[in-house]
Amino acid sequence: MSSDVRFTDFKSDKQPTWCPGCGDFGTMNGMMKGLAETGNDPDNTFLVAGIGCSGKIGTYMHSYALHGVHGRALPVGIGAKLANPNLEVMVAGGDGDGFSIGAGHFVHAVRRNVNMTYVVMDNRIYGLTKGQASPTSREDFETSTTPDGPMQAPVNPHALALAAGGTFIAQSFSSDALRHVEIIKQAIEHPGFAFVNCYSPCVTFNDVDTYDYFRDSLVDLKEEDHDPTDKDAAKDVIFDSEKEYMGVIYKDENSVPFEERWGISENMSQIEDKPPEGTMDLVREFY
Amino acid sequence: MPEDLNWAIGGEAGDGIDSTGKIFAQALSRAGRHVFTSKDFASRIRGGYTAYKIRTSVDRVESVVDRLDILIALTQRTVEENMEELHEGSVIIYDGERTTMKDFEAPDGMIGLNVPLRRLAEEAGGAIMQNIVALGAACEVSDFPIENLDESLEKRFGSKGGSIVENNSKAARAGQAYVRENYDLDLDYELETTDADYVLLNGDEAIGMGAIAAGCRFYAGYPITPATNVMEYMTGRVEQFGGAVVQAEDELSAINMALGAARAGARSMTATSGPGIDLMTETFGLIATSETPLVITNVMRSGPSTGMPTKQEQGDLNQMLYGGHGEIPRFVLTPTSISECFHKTVEAFNLAEKYQTPVYLAADLALAVSEQTFPPEEFDMDKVEIDRGKVVDEESLGEWVNDKQQFKPHALTEDGVSPRAFPGTKGGAHMSTGLEHDELGRRTEDTDMRVEQVDKRNRKVQTAIENEDWSPREFGDADSGNLVISWGSNEGAIREALEFLDDENVSVRFLSVPYIFPRPDLTEEIAAADDVIVVECNATGQFADLIEHDALRRVKRLNKYNGVRFKADELAAKIKQALEESVEATA
Repeated sequence: MSSDVRFTDFKSDKQPTWCPGCGDFGTMNGMMKGLAETGNDPDNTFLVAGIGCSGKIGTYMHSYALHGVHGRALPVGIGAKLANPNLEVMVAGGDGDGFSIGAGHFVHAVRRNVNMTYVVMDNRIYGLTKGQASPTSREDFETSTTPDGPMQAPVNPHALALAAGGTFIAQSFSSDALRHVEIIKQAIEHPGFAFVNCYSPCVTFNDVDTYDYFRDSLVDLKEEDHDPTDKDAAKDVIFDSEKEYMGVIYKDENSVPFEERWGISENMSQIEDKPPEGTMDLVREFY
Repeated sequence: MPEDLNWAIGGEAGDGIDSTGKIFAQALSRAGRHVFTSKDFASRIRGGYTAYKIRTSVDRVESVVDRLDILIALTQRTVEENMEELHEGSVIIYDGERTTMKDFEAPDGMIGLNVPLRRLAEEAGGAIMQNIVALGAACEVSDFPIENLDESLEKRFGSKGGSIVENNSKAARAGQAYVRENYDLDLDYELETTDADYVLLNGDEAIGMGAIAAGCRFYAGYPITPATNVMEYMTGRVEQFGGAVVQAEDELSAINMALGAARAGARSMTATSGPGIDLMTETFGLIATSETPLVITNVMRSGPSTGMPTKQEQGDLNQMLYGGHGEIPRFVLTPTSISECFHKTVEAFNLAEKYQTPVYLAADLALAVSEQTFPPEEFDMDKVEIDRGKVVDEESLGEWVNDKQQFKPHALTEDGVSPRAFPGTKGGAHMSTGLEHDELGRRTEDTDMRVEQVDKRNRKVQTAIENEDWSPREFGDADSGNLVISWGSNEGAIREALEFLDDENVSVRFLSVPYIFPRPDLTEEIAAADDVIVVECNATGQFADLIEHDALRRVKRLNKYNGVRFKADELAAKIKQALEESVEATA
């Protein structure tokens, strides 16, 4: 890690193909700033993304990266972090990737609490497939596949995370750059699995959950005297059906990452060209 | 004095059948005798028929035969299930005081030994030791020195402390004494002991041991029969070598964790069985396209769907060869014996990293659950070599950058293999993806680059075909016009079948193929043969199809798919019959 890393070092020379005005620009910029300002550089960072608009992030950022299959980015990140705990692992995905196809992995990644950061670019719609309902879409949100609305409750990702034993649960907004970067930095520095849901409006297909909507409705927890270490207070925030909040909702100050509990600390990439010392004992066990 | 003894204990799952069998198998192995074991079990925890069978000889044994000399029957069903394998002179040890065995009478010609197993066990310290009483009785029947049991009992019960080992030892001797005092047996068994020091292990364990020897540091899996033992073996052992074993939430997660670890530079593996392979197949394509080295072990069982989870089959060949959308370069290795499970696992890791390609390591249930004795030299760690392929470091990656100093993880090379930089390597930051990409790993739809990258990935296979040894293992009479070809776990049974056939003056050349893709070109061997028989445990002859495709010649198919592995004597008869039929056809 070098101290003179600038956030532009995390930028690749590829121009994003996201629609002009897409919320993902702001989300990504915040991730790059957060990484740089916490002392990381592209060569020690491993970024994993799933499929969809959000999945393109690996092309636009500069770091070690893998663009995985739909919904499976989290396990890839977990495997990489356990194999080399020195890496800064960040996983990015969309609301479909994270809470529909990947919902199972999300819950288990939360409870596993590997030290990594998961950023969901939540626009409450499927953008890349041109406007179908996502798991966070409102019940009455009309789309090409749900002409009368999904008629089912949207997933509450924060509630899922809290129920699964989440140790860092946050909500940010891609266009509030300062707060977003601040939250990302806290997430990176959290010793455990840090979940940041970032509202990243889709300007092309979602005319309900717009910048204006979020700007007007989001309440900053910083101004609400919210104590993020208080689980009951977090519960109230998460289940408040009247308001939407932004900020760190819950943070377990006693979080111990999975790899620490399991005593995994080695970089597993370095091995000799011979079997490890003592391997013959493995044979002797079978006498 | 028969050199072979075929022994079994059978009862209900939960009766301690497995551990009793294992105690006897270890005792035989420690006494310097060769052992081959097999298991019949049902997909349930308690109840249902289950059996542990042992074939033992002073000579090496590699398979099971259709014969049972001594059967410890804890239930009547045990006798019924094995009726075809029992013969005149077979000894059946049972407890006539057990309600279910009260009216049991040994069939004509067989010797029934009614031993009060439970009562003698209680006298020795607890009813739970009834199987050990039976073991003692079996020792007496087979003239096997009972002292040999003691070490196995120590290994099994030593950690439980107190007088447990001693009581078990007493129980065994009670069984021995009961038979000696109540039956005047005139059997000519004499289980000779030798000074040899063998190890006893099954295929799953051999795979796990091979993985650790090969430097595997990361394993992620999800429990599934019959692959779970690989994970259970590695758990607690990989950690001793600085690695980790993670039980994932499902197979999708398992393979993706393994992929992540592999990209981070760890030698990484997952193991599953057919249904799990289905779930992993999407990611399999990503692994190939992103050129990530990964070993995926498939311990096959009967399919399709959930099929028969505890039964043998080799039905996934096509799945491993063709599974996944698009065209995916891959290697498919099929160990042919328990010791080959070790060696092929090492090879799988080297192939995966040298060619940055996913490798299927395909064992099957017959290999996974059977145990066999080996001289420990068969697993000589000094002979294991680890080749990580084209890994670059901070200095050498400079040879693989473009004019903007960007690292090219998918550089177009002559041999198709590109440089690999582990995350953390200075200057090597790059992305990789399942999307078609350029040399930098970035998505492209450029038609020329698409063709170049597809060709590059396929070129790796071509390079491997040229540089690696894909030969079959050859047995029998090299000059014979009767050619038997098989793959995977059938090797042992066929090798023994050759001996039976030899006794009947039928000569056979046998090629055992441990590689499905790439595979040896057997065109010449097939052209030189009068008769070609392909033996495999599936209904349609998936390997026979490949042979016909390669050699442009029709072959005979000998298939078994009732869930039970081939047995040596059964195979000898079937091969002989197939050869006779073709003589008739040409006559």
